[in-house]
Amino acid sequence: MSVAVARTVRIAALLGLFAFLLARPAPLRAQLNDPYPAADANKNILYTAFMERPKRLDPAQAYSADEYAFISQIYEPPFEYHYLLRPYTLVPLTARALPKPVYLDRQGRQLPATAPSDRIAYSVYTIRIRRGIMYQPHPCFARDASGRYLYQSLTRAQLKSVRTLAAFTHTGTRELVAADYVYEIKRLASPWVHSPLFSVLSHYIVGFKRFARTVAHLRSTSPPVDGKPPYIDLARIPMAGVKVLGRYTYRITVRGKYPQFLYWMAMPFFAPMPPEADHFFSQPGMARRDMTLNWYPVGTGPYMLTVNDPNREMVLQRNPNYHPDFYPRRGEPSDARRGLLKDAGKRLPFIRQVVFSLEREGIPYWDKFLQGYYDQSAISAESFNQVVNFTPGGQAQLTPSMRAKGMHLVTGVAPSISYYGFNMLDPVVGGYSQRSRRLRRSISIVINTEQFISIFRNGRGLPAQGPVPPGIFGYKPGCSGRDPYVYDCVDGHIQRKPIAVARRLLAEAGYPDGRDQRTGKPLLLYYDTAETGPEAKARLDWMRKQFRKLDIQLVVRATDYNRFQDKMRRGEEQIFAWGWNADYPDPENFLFLLYGPNSQVGGNGENSANYNNPRFNRLFQRMRNMENGPAREAIIRRMVSMVQRDAPWAWGFNPMEFRLNQAWIYNVKPNYMATNNLKYLRIDPVLRERDRDAWNRPVIWPLWVILGLLAMLVLPAVLVYWQKERRSPL
Amino acid sequence: MIAYIFRRILYAIPILIGVNLLTFALFFFVNSPDDMARFHLGLKRVTPQAIAVWKAEHGYDRPLFYNAVAPGVEKLTQTIFYQRSVKLFVFDFGRSDDGRDIGYDISQRMWPSLAIALPTFVVGLAVYISISLMMVFFRATYLDTGGVVLAVVMMSVSMLFYVIGGQYLFSKVLRLVPISGYDTGLSAIKFVILPIAVGVISGIGSGVRLYRTFFLEESSKEYVRTARAKGLSEIRVLFSHVLKNAMIPILTGVVVVIPSLFIGSLILESFFGIPGLGSYTIDAIRSQDFGIVHAMVFLGSVLYIVGLILTDISYTLVDPRVRLG
Repeated sequence: MSVAVARTVRIAALLGLFAFLLARPAPLRAQLNDPYPAADANKNILYTAFMERPKRLDPAQAYSADEYAFISQIYEPPFEYHYLLRPYTLVPLTARALPKPVYLDRQGRQLPATAPSDRIAYSVYTIRIRRGIMYQPHPCFARDASGRYLYQSLTRAQLKSVRTLAAFTHTGTRELVAADYVYEIKRLASPWVHSPLFSVLSHYIVGFKRFARTVAHLRSTSPPVDGKPPYIDLARIPMAGVKVLGRYTYRITVRGKYPQFLYWMAMPFFAPMPPEADHFFSQPGMARRDMTLNWYPVGTGPYMLTVNDPNREMVLQRNPNYHPDFYPRRGEPSDARRGLLKDAGKRLPFIRQVVFSLEREGIPYWDKFLQGYYDQSAISAESFNQVVNFTPGGQAQLTPSMRAKGMHLVTGVAPSISYYGFNMLDPVVGGYSQRSRRLRRSISIVINTEQFISIFRNGRGLPAQGPVPPGIFGYKPGCSGRDPYVYDCVDGHIQRKPIAVARRLLAEAGYPDGRDQRTGKPLLLYYDTAETGPEAKARLDWMRKQFRKLDIQLVVRATDYNRFQDKMRRGEEQIFAWGWNADYPDPENFLFLLYGPNSQVGGNGENSANYNNPRFNRLFQRMRNMENGPAREAIIRRMVSMVQRDAPWAWGFNPMEFRLNQAWIYNVKPNYMATNNLKYLRIDPVLRERDRDAWNRPVIWPLWVILGLLAMLVLPAVLVYWQKERRSPL
Repeated sequence: MIAYIFRRILYAIPILIGVNLLTFALFFFVNSPDDMARFHLGLKRVTPQAIAVWKAEHGYDRPLFYNAVAPGVEKLTQTIFYQRSVKLFVFDFGRSDDGRDIGYDISQRMWPSLAIALPTFVVGLAVYISISLMMVFFRATYLDTGGVVLAVVMMSVSMLFYVIGGQYLFSKVLRLVPISGYDTGLSAIKFVILPIAVGVISGIGSGVRLYRTFFLEESSKEYVRTARAKGLSEIRVLFSHVLKNAMIPILTGVVVVIPSLFIGSLILESFFGIPGLGSYTIDAIRSQDFGIVHAMVFLGSVLYIVGLILTDISYTLVDPRVRLG
């Protein structure tokens, strides 16, 4: 055999082996596109994604859904929302019971629970926490055999090679005590912590402001350590309204009557913070090594953060010290039918580990969900028609292809509102005259929210009728709750008033056919928005079209978000789009958006329309301190009627959320108030692995086609070259 | 040569100051320190007091360029520009606005960027040179014309098309690699194959067109005709003579980008979920983090200047006639 033939045979053999490896029916691993380690298959791990990296994990600072997705599983405030019951109901979490406030007058005398709000000077909440709750393992608690802390007096040399918490080999734990809750409230008052709740709490908690001044002074006058302000032991500085009464009991004194205070206490802001953790991370050199409470949370919750790489993935691991906690035994009547009570009474959490992967783009996120590599997903507008269709009765249901995969759809109306606001300080659209009211009402009629929901949200929304969204006390569904200035009731259904009504109102407002009858000039209105770019164009065109129905010229003033906010703060906008998500399930949290003293201009508040109606304000002051009941409901009704008449907002819509779940995930019920929901979820990893395997068999043959095509391209070139080279010279 | 390099480094200083000034002016033209504070403190319930404290803690309570109330030279030094810029020249990038050590983050995130950029660069270069040499070999034939047309088509297509098309075909339809994600060590291979392939394929159009031009120009020169007349094979003519002599224009475009490979690719990293420096920069721009934006622009400028100096040095290596002085 010649050398050339031998070489050809060798190459052919190698190619044959390569072809066999590629084409054999059962490759080494069935799922070549599996983004997770093969060793994790069949494990009790929940896979999900996040699109925005959390900025803060310190419970005193975190305030967004991106952040609560993590810290609510780690930190435990004294109360939580019942997972299944509606309306949203507070239940104890680490507390032994929900506290009943004790009301005091100015002299400190106790008042009956039925005392009128104006007599109540203080409300005292005494919270008793459960015994035996332990913190997650953490180096800040580690002690040596003699009981001395191992890592609370770190030297520069000890910290030299430390970059992550894993460098500390020893961990410890300790029991949760009431002082930890008090410590956290003091952190909320510390100016350097930058808690967004500072301004709210400084109005209510007795001694909060004074404490802030004291610690700020102490910090600024103490000698710096390593060029930084020193650690201040907040536990040693008293706050008049917050006291530790015993190892498991603490007391908070709030000014006046403020029933919503309990809701705040169900948020991570009020979770316990062990002083050891604060001190541990405050040691010189720790912050320089990126070791802070913002990066390494320390809690008593069902999970602990074991991987914090927000550029790639975050991993929550079951807290081995988690206290006994059980799946609820009761729920809404339909919950049992939907299988939501099958795990009643079982110990939580069910899932051992939760892996959150960063997905910046919607397409990879969605495709991975379809491949079974994510267990839950929202539905993007682009994929909506592939996933959901509506029955003739308007009921959303999954398409056959999704049903065939065993997926289930969970929908719910979020306690949120997206609205169009009118700046009430604006000389054209603002003011409280009959003329300006009519102008705003006519605009409210022509902004066809139903159409907007249909075009831009795939039907995912309910046209709002007032500031209070569904699921919140005071909301009235159906015709009885409609805005009578914008909607009619036809055959028991609400129906937007015809354009003719809007035109008539516009004429009565002094703008017949969209022209100012005093000057004859066309009415020109300005819509301020931070929406820019190609995606916003369709929405802005739609908006212009709505105003054209009244022959009003709408000028869109699109700017970046910073400039938009500046305009809003200065009251230079005219018409704008805005929104609000509930902090807690109380109408006060929505009606305060129209409370005069809370105006954005002058008050730096959340009342973006700068609506200031003295009668509304008085009713708000009465309503906010009342317990839910017929009297409160009647006042809310009056307030809603008032703003429906004044129309400072065109109500917009309450968003509906559609969430898709794989067949192997159980106990999913949307709860827009509770953010610590992961502990209730259960998965079937065996079913997941089976489905993933079936859905992700690699397809090899097109590679051969591609190789063949390449060969067809190259072969003629090789032949030509070969002929050229062999051609005898002239 | 050392004097030349030293001189180039000195020239770089005013360039870097200019880049610094421009970055600073552009950033603060769009974002005020108040905007930055508001963004970092969250968009709900932010008080003016909290904004003031945040600005003071992060050094944004000073004037931008000129401090009229400060005495003497402090009029210039007690400004945001001075305080934020001087340390960059000793590569102390400082801390991001959320308190992280920028230098450490860069040192961590440059490896994923390199894992994509370096193979894309090397494989891409080999592929573009091979294809363009092949087209030169078949010059003035249907193969050459077809290749040029295909190259023009390929360079006219957006990078996003290659990314989404690649993900659709290889990850969704053929299920051969993960759609996105990243892992460390050898486990990273399955995640980087597709972005590398997409990076290489998306550059074929422009790369091949450029190198073909260089090679065509060289192949029409006298020495090539002489080589052919000597009876050398066409492969030898192309690889031993044409390629070698076309290295100077190739190096002009190639060496300059080598240091910048650290900076990463914005689109590839974003779509494939690679936690590199490209996505680091994008995140910083979106979160109005001046510390990171400033550091990354500065680093990019330094690396570009280093690339230019390396290019000059490489000329002397491939062409003995070139002397740096």
